[in-house]
Amino acid sequence: MGVTNKNRFSGYVFAIALLVVNLWVPAQAVPEIQQWTTPNGARIMFIAAPSLPMVDVRVTFRAGSVRDGEHMGISRLTSKLLDEGAGDWSAIEIAERFDATGAQFSSGTLRDMAWLSLRTLSDQKEFSHALATFKAVLTQPQFGDNAISRIKESMLTSLKSIEESPSALGERGFYQALYSGHPYASPPSGNDEFLKSATAAQIKAFYARYYVARNAIISIVGDLDRKAAQVLAEDLVASLPQGERAADLPSVTALEAAARMRTEFPSTQTHIYIGQPGVSRLDPDYFVLYTGNYILGGSGLVSRLSEEVREKRGLSYSVYSYFIPMEQSGPFQMKLQTRNDQVDEALQVMRDTLQRFIDDGPTDKELGAAIRGITGGFPLRIDNNSKLLQYLAVIAFYDLPMDYLDTFPSRIEAVTGEQIRETFKRRLNPKRMATIIVGGQG
Amino acid sequence: MLSRKLLSACLILFASSTAAGPVHEYHLQNGLKLIVKEDHRSPVVVSQIWYKVGSSYEVDGNTGLAHVLEHMMFKGTKNLGPNEFSRIIAENGGRENAFTSRDYTAYFQRLESSRLEVSFKHEADRMSNLVLSEEEFQKEVKVVMEERRLRTDDKPKSLTYEQFQATAFTNSPYRNPVIGWMVDLEQMKLEDLEQWYRSWYRPNNATIVVVGDVEPEAVLALAKRYFGPLKPGTIPLLKTRTEVKQLGERRITMKVPAQLPYVMMGYKVPVVAHAEVDWEPYALDVLSAILGGANSARLTRDLVRSSSLAVSAGSDYSAFSRLNGLFLLDATPTPEHSTAEVESALRAQVETMSKELVTGDELDRVKAQVVAAKVFEQDSGFYQAMQIGRLETVGLSWKLLDEYPHRIRAVTAEQVRAVAKKYLLEDQLTVATLQPLSMKKADAMGTEN
Repeated sequence: MGVTNKNRFSGYVFAIALLVVNLWVPAQAVPEIQQWTTPNGARIMFIAAPSLPMVDVRVTFRAGSVRDGEHMGISRLTSKLLDEGAGDWSAIEIAERFDATGAQFSSGTLRDMAWLSLRTLSDQKEFSHALATFKAVLTQPQFGDNAISRIKESMLTSLKSIEESPSALGERGFYQALYSGHPYASPPSGNDEFLKSATAAQIKAFYARYYVARNAIISIVGDLDRKAAQVLAEDLVASLPQGERAADLPSVTALEAAARMRTEFPSTQTHIYIGQPGVSRLDPDYFVLYTGNYILGGSGLVSRLSEEVREKRGLSYSVYSYFIPMEQSGPFQMKLQTRNDQVDEALQVMRDTLQRFIDDGPTDKELGAAIRGITGGFPLRIDNNSKLLQYLAVIAFYDLPMDYLDTFPSRIEAVTGEQIRETFKRRLNPKRMATIIVGGQG
Repeated sequence: MLSRKLLSACLILFASSTAAGPVHEYHLQNGLKLIVKEDHRSPVVVSQIWYKVGSSYEVDGNTGLAHVLEHMMFKGTKNLGPNEFSRIIAENGGRENAFTSRDYTAYFQRLESSRLEVSFKHEADRMSNLVLSEEEFQKEVKVVMEERRLRTDDKPKSLTYEQFQATAFTNSPYRNPVIGWMVDLEQMKLEDLEQWYRSWYRPNNATIVVVGDVEPEAVLALAKRYFGPLKPGTIPLLKTRTEVKQLGERRITMKVPAQLPYVMMGYKVPVVAHAEVDWEPYALDVLSAILGGANSARLTRDLVRSSSLAVSAGSDYSAFSRLNGLFLLDATPTPEHSTAEVESALRAQVETMSKELVTGDELDRVKAQVVAAKVFEQDSGFYQAMQIGRLETVGLSWKLLDEYPHRIRAVTAEQVRAVAKKYLLEDQLTVATLQPLSMKKADAMGTEN
């Protein structure tokens, strides 16, 4: 503990300095984001956060399940194998090395992206020990046969756990219904057929294609200066080949007709998903749709959907609607769960609530409350290192403007009721939505 | 603990060694405790109010009351209509929710820091002016039943855990699920909730924890203004219901439509609040970390990585519950292996712990993790407030947070072996096995119009 005292002390002084500053500076001040590109083409995003003696690093690749193709699950399989033996170290040695300094390593995949994250103390000894391990995992994974067969088995088990969860089944079916023929249809968890047959050569080829500098974004938040961040980033990616940025994804086509899929499941509740392709991250309608959806189903217990479904009728514990912005149009989704014999009523309430919102838009009162709520809560979105790290990764991954956070409140304040009405009418079509129902007989 | 000594608002200040500011503790005259931790990194604040009451305060036939009351706390007061509290918080850009556990019921708001008053004003209102209406109750108890279906009834592992607890404990209230048995929810009465609210929702049964960009004295002034006028009550005397001694191993089989088999094991163990030997809970904590804590822990190393017996295996122990609890182990076997095989492997691991000393490297790793976690957790004001509130509400003190790393560092390999030998005994063990039943009906996926 002694070794970190110096950092702690400086952190404490900083905290007091910040307190004084806060009396004069508007609360919404966004920390300064620095960005640059390494010689071999990786994009770096950095925020200095010296008040706690710790550093967060996240390396993000355009290597999510959209890159799977026929090999369904290979992006996740590759990601899970990174720390199962790398450089000269076995899986157990890697785990021991991270744990020896209390560092936290994780990796994961979604449809668009794959990432590796490290949280470590910033004290030199702990920091360099954790970094060396992280670098090996990032740049020299072994993809050994034992590890491959074990992780395949673990992923096959995850597929089975999806089969015993009506919500996971519903979610998977929802994407399949929305994105037929598009890479977004392919579940990040993969399928049995590929996972049983996957080979080391296939995994190594996937890694070699996508885990390259020009396809990488490194986000850093923590107790280090720009120079140290630069050294860290260059050291991390120096041994990654330059490679090429992954190709842009094909655009998504709208559903041509309503689709309805019902899956029998031995559960007491039925899970309902309704939706259609929604917006991409760079869509000019994004802020209007986000604000409108806050009112419709995005504001927890006070949304219209919650009011109609839960507060008035007690039909469901959890009811939401979302636009999930992705590289291409991510889904608009409404979901709830209800006792099997209440499915028809719940469906009706969901549809009516959506239709009424599309027809009439929000009231002035609702819009005012939404704008005050979203902007008033803005400081909560960026109040710690974890959240800042997330934003850095998202801003760079989706090529959002560098002032995305600074302008966020004003973009929301500019939204009008008429824009919401017009945009929802244009963008959502309840007659061409997919409805996924998983549950037991009522 | 039952009727707090009334102190005039006196300040106890402890200079903590952490980067987040010091912690300030205040007592209002009506018995309300206020704990403020400064964290000036961002202009935000989290405010949590913790009531010293949870599902372990319930008696049989009335399970689920603490949690249903938590839901009803959002249903209006003499001054606000149903759900209006939530609207006010949302309109102020706040996030809010509440949670109920065996030992506590807590409500929280996260806000931009100049708006703390909104939280205090309305928490004080619903502490004394709650309106419990039959109409709102009838709807909300349905919501809670849906919550129960979602969290427990349709989740094979959760269902197994629920009946495992009910088997492991004979008369301790920890045998009942926090959300309540469905049959108790079905028969719950508004009068039960009224009584619950009157008994426990009093300033002298509550602790407010505030962490964030605030001035402690200003928070105290706000608390005095809004909570100061509230009248203390007589808090019911809680019978101890100490768990009877277990006299032999217990086993249950759960046959549930599912895909994956699963084993859960639990040994009766003491916690800090009741430990006869003060270092024992900390040694159990280290034992749990060495077996199933981080990625390098023994269960993952031996059952998952080296032998492919299990897809996953873990352990769990909480040293800070109100009543004595369980040291838990669980595992999901790989398809080539049975639950019986992973169970024997888990037992063999336990036996090794009681016979052999853990290595110095293992101990060092656990201690390094505790030191690092202490730094990392300061990134979350919410988590810091959670830790303070949890300790205070189970009858311990937030000061244990600063003491904890020292207690863990003091644990020796001999102590780890000693607690394994003393507590992880077959006669104190309960085992639940999840045996999947066919889910046949689910196989047919069809399209209809």
